[in-house]
Order: sequence, then C-alpha cells, then structure tokens
Amino acid sequence: MRVNVTVNGEQRQADDVWEGESLLFMLRERLGLPGSKNACEQGECGSCTVYLDDVPVCACLVAAGQAQDRSVRTVEGLADGDSLDPVQEAFVEAGAVQCGFCTPGLVVQAHDLLDRVPNPSDPEIREALAGNLCRCTGYEKILDAVRLAASRR
Amino acid sequence: MDFLRPETLAEALELKASRPDAVPIAGGTDVMVELNYDHRRPAALLDLTRIAELREWTPGLRVGAGVPYVRIIDELGAELPGLAMASRTVGSPQIRNRGTVGGNLGAASPAGDTHPVLLASGAVIEVASVRGTRMIPAADFYLGVKRNALEPDELIVAVHLAPAKGPQQFSKVGTRNAMVIAVCSFAISLFPEENRVGAAVGSAAPTPRRAHQAEEFLASALDFSAPKPLLDSVKREFGELVSQAASPIDDVRGSAAYRKHALAVMARRTLGWAWQELLDGEQQCA
Ligand SMILES: Cc1cc2nc3c(=O)[nH]c(=O)nc-3n(C[C@H](O)[C@H](O)[C@H](O)COP(=O)(O)OP(=O)(O)OC[C@H]3O[C@@H](n4cnc5c(N)ncnc54)[C@H](O)[C@@H]3O)c2cc1C
Ligand code: FES
Ligand code: FES
Repeated sequence: MRVNVTVNGEQRQADDVWEGESLLFMLRERLGLPGSKNACEQGECGSCTVYLDDVPVCACLVAAGQAQDRSVRTVEGLADGDSLDPVQEAFVEAGAVQCGFCTPGLVVQAHDLLDRVPNPSDPEIREALAGNLCRCTGYEKILDAVRLAASRR
Repeated sequence: MDFLRPETLAEALELKASRPDAVPIAGGTDVMVELNYDHRRPAALLDLTRIAELREWTPGLRVGAGVPYVRIIDELGAELPGLAMASRTVGSPQIRNRGTVGGNLGAASPAGDTHPVLLASGAVIEVASVRGTRMIPAADFYLGVKRNALEPDELIVAVHLAPAKGPQQFSKVGTRNAMVIAVCSFAISLFPEENRVGAAVGSAAPTPRRAHQAEEFLASALDFSAPKPLLDSVKREFGELVSQAASPIDDVRGSAAYRKHALAVMARRTLGWAWQELLDGEQQCA
C-alpha cells in the first residue's frame, strides 16, 4: 500500500508498504531516516521514540498505515539546520552519549518532557525516561543532560 | 494483508461484519508486538484510531474504548481514581500515550492492569456490531486466558463506570516501577452509601476475578455509617479471603505461593489506605 505522511514538516510518500509493517520500519527503510533506532521491536527500550501528532510514541508499535495523513517528527527533525536543539547540545556536553544507540529516543522523550514541564524535578525526569533503556551510561549523565537542557531553556 | 481504515464507528462495524477475520488495532501496543515477532499474521488489520467516537469520554461516565491511558490519568483522576491509579502503572509514558482500555479488554490478558479495577468498581462494557449493542458487566466479560465475550463481528465501544462514590485503591507487584507485567495485582472500591465493597484480583487466575467472599465479609465487618479505625483481625481475615479467591500458577514471573502471599499483603494494605481516606473524610466533615 501507499502511505502519505508528513515527516519533519515535509510531505512524504512511501510505496510498497507492507500492511503489517511498523512506522519504525517505514521511517528507516523506506524514507531514509535511520535516526530512530530499532533495538527491541516490542516497546521495551524506547530507542524508536518519535512524535506522532506531537505525542511521543514507540514507532515500532505504530502500524505504518496508522500514520496516514498524520504528522511525524523524528530525532532528525529536532535540529534547526546546523544548529542542534538545546536537548541535543546538552547530551553532547554532559557526556550522556556513549555508544549512542539509545540517544535518539532519549532526546525525543526528554524534548517532550521539557516542552510540558520546563523545570522538571529529578523524580519527574526519571518517570519521563522510565521507558528508555541505556546499556552504557548508567543514566547519571543522561539526568545531567536533561537538567542542563532545562536550565538553558 | 489488508489495511482497513474506517472513519466512523458505523463504518468500522460494517467492515467487521463483512471481515470478521480482521484484527482491530487501536494503540497497537499488543498487536504490533505480535506482528513484529511474526506471532500473528491476520488477513487484515482494522485501524480504529481514526474513529473520533471511540476517543471521547462523556460525564456520567462513558469512556470511549480508544481513550489512551495518559488521558485517563490527566482528565479522569478525580472521578475514576482506581482506573487512573492502574493506568499510571502501565508500561512507560510512550505506552500510556498510545495504549487504551479497549485494547486491554481486547487482549484480555489475565495480567492486564485495568481488569481488577473494572471488576471492583462494577464497570459495564459496551460492545457493538451491526446487529446492535450489548452491555456486558465486567464480571461476565472475561471468559478464559486471553479470551473475552466478544463475538467475531463485535467491537468494544466504551466502558461505563459510575464516578467513584468512595475511596478506591489499586496495587500491583512487579520487579520495578516501570514497564512491568503484574506478578499479581489487586483493586478495591468502597461504596459507603450502599454498605458495599468491590474487590478483585489480577494475574492470579486464568481470568481476572472478583473476590466475592472477601467482599461480603468486609461489607458485614465494616461500619460505614460511623467508621472507626480498622481492627487488625478484620484486615487479616480480608487478606486471607482475597488470597483464597485466587488460583494462581507457578510461572517465570512468580510462584503460586508467592502470589497468594502477595495478594493477602496487598489486600490488607489497600484496605488500610482506603479506610484511612474514609476516616479522614469523616473528620473533615465533622
Ligand atoms: C512495553 C509494554 C509494556 C506494557 N505494560 C503493560 C502494563 O504494565 N499493564 C498492562 O495491562 N498492559 C501492558 N502492556 C500491554 C498493552 O499496552 C495493554 O494491553 C494496552 O491496554 C493495549 O491497548 P492498545 O490500544 O495498544 O491495544 P492494541 O494492541 O491495539 O489491541 C490489543 C487487542 O485488543 C483488540 N482491540 C483493541 N481495541 C479494540 C476494540 N475497540 N474492540 C475490539 N477489540 C479491540 C485488538 O484486536 C488486540 O487483540 C504493555 C505493552 C508493552 C508493549
Ligand atoms: S525498538 Fe521500539 S521500543 Fe525498542
Ligand atoms: S549510550 Fe549506549 S545504550 Fe545508551
């Protein structure tokens, strides 16, 4: 089937989409957007987190066909040209990135948190990021990055 | 595979009647896992997310099957405290943004978190087909492990729940706070004006189920008109009866014996919290 979807502000069209395919697969394999990562395909790790109509979701759990006529924003759509989003910058500066596999999902999820709660408490940050797993950092630097991004907004 | 995309409920019911093999997909948090892992290859998917009627709730209370958990938490916490508590424990923020009560009922997993609450608070499930509408009490909805009372041409439309008339509590045991399938769970609802108690267990029997004897014991042991601090003996007996209502199995998440023990503990604790809320309310009135 064909899916028409707005991705990062651009009207896009994907062809030959299998009806049972996930939004994650369509983004990565058909629309050339490999930023969102595929690690578990079962909603457990959060590395595929994208905005769907402004709400963060696991792209692996959305059927590609459900994105028809909707708007998706991926990690690739956060930066403004060459200037990174403050959340991305904070992740770099705080050393919150090691292998980087979890980073795109965490960045999108943290971006949403700071949009809703400009000055989150530590428990609020932990709760917001509870669905994003990282095998490398031990999370402390990730918390630092979110606090840093909040302080700059 | 076909991808069916109805815009209205009427259209969805027509499609489900002509294609009973189509699998409904709402938040997709159960369906997509099965598709991604090739555990299921349905002939068609029936996308319910474009149907506005399913995503609304109306006072009184009728909660559309497609209202996601995050909205139950944000918008219905005061009217439906038990359901909101259970919703807060589901998965992660991303799962709660997408997952729905209708999907929880559709999957009918014995471990689904909303089930004990729906049972304890006397919810009624509205299901529909082109043949008409049926109102199914939650207690008659769960038929077996991952089996519910839906006919092949029916869809879940809404859940009917009266706004809480007394304290409600929900409790769940798992290995961490987020992203946990319940080892076992428990919900209690007090109906002080009716001298009645609702209590139900999850993840501790082939279906979620009410603890009838525990409910009856409490209703007779408690004095709702002049609430006094709870006797330990009442809490203990209640916990025992809740535990007896379960028929759990040993599995990877926990042993049957542990589940029985944990249910008794959860029952005692949640009763304590609910009763304290009632006592505090009395003091404020006095
Ligand atoms: C990482 C992760 C964590 C999870 N954690 C929890 C948890 O803590 N507690 C918990 O209870 N569940 C949990 N779940 C399971 C799932 O999120 C819930 O069962 C959720 O309520 C499903 O809702 P959905 O809208 O996503 O359902 P879907 O996946 O869209 O559908 C689920 C089932 O219901 C059917 N269905 C959906 N809507 C209707 C309808 N209106 N009429 C008829 N049939 C319908 C579908 O055909 C399917 O069989 C988790 C899932 C994941 C992936
Ligand atoms: S790949 Fe989607 S949550 Fe892990
Ligand atoms: S940086 Fe490697 S998983 Fe998080």
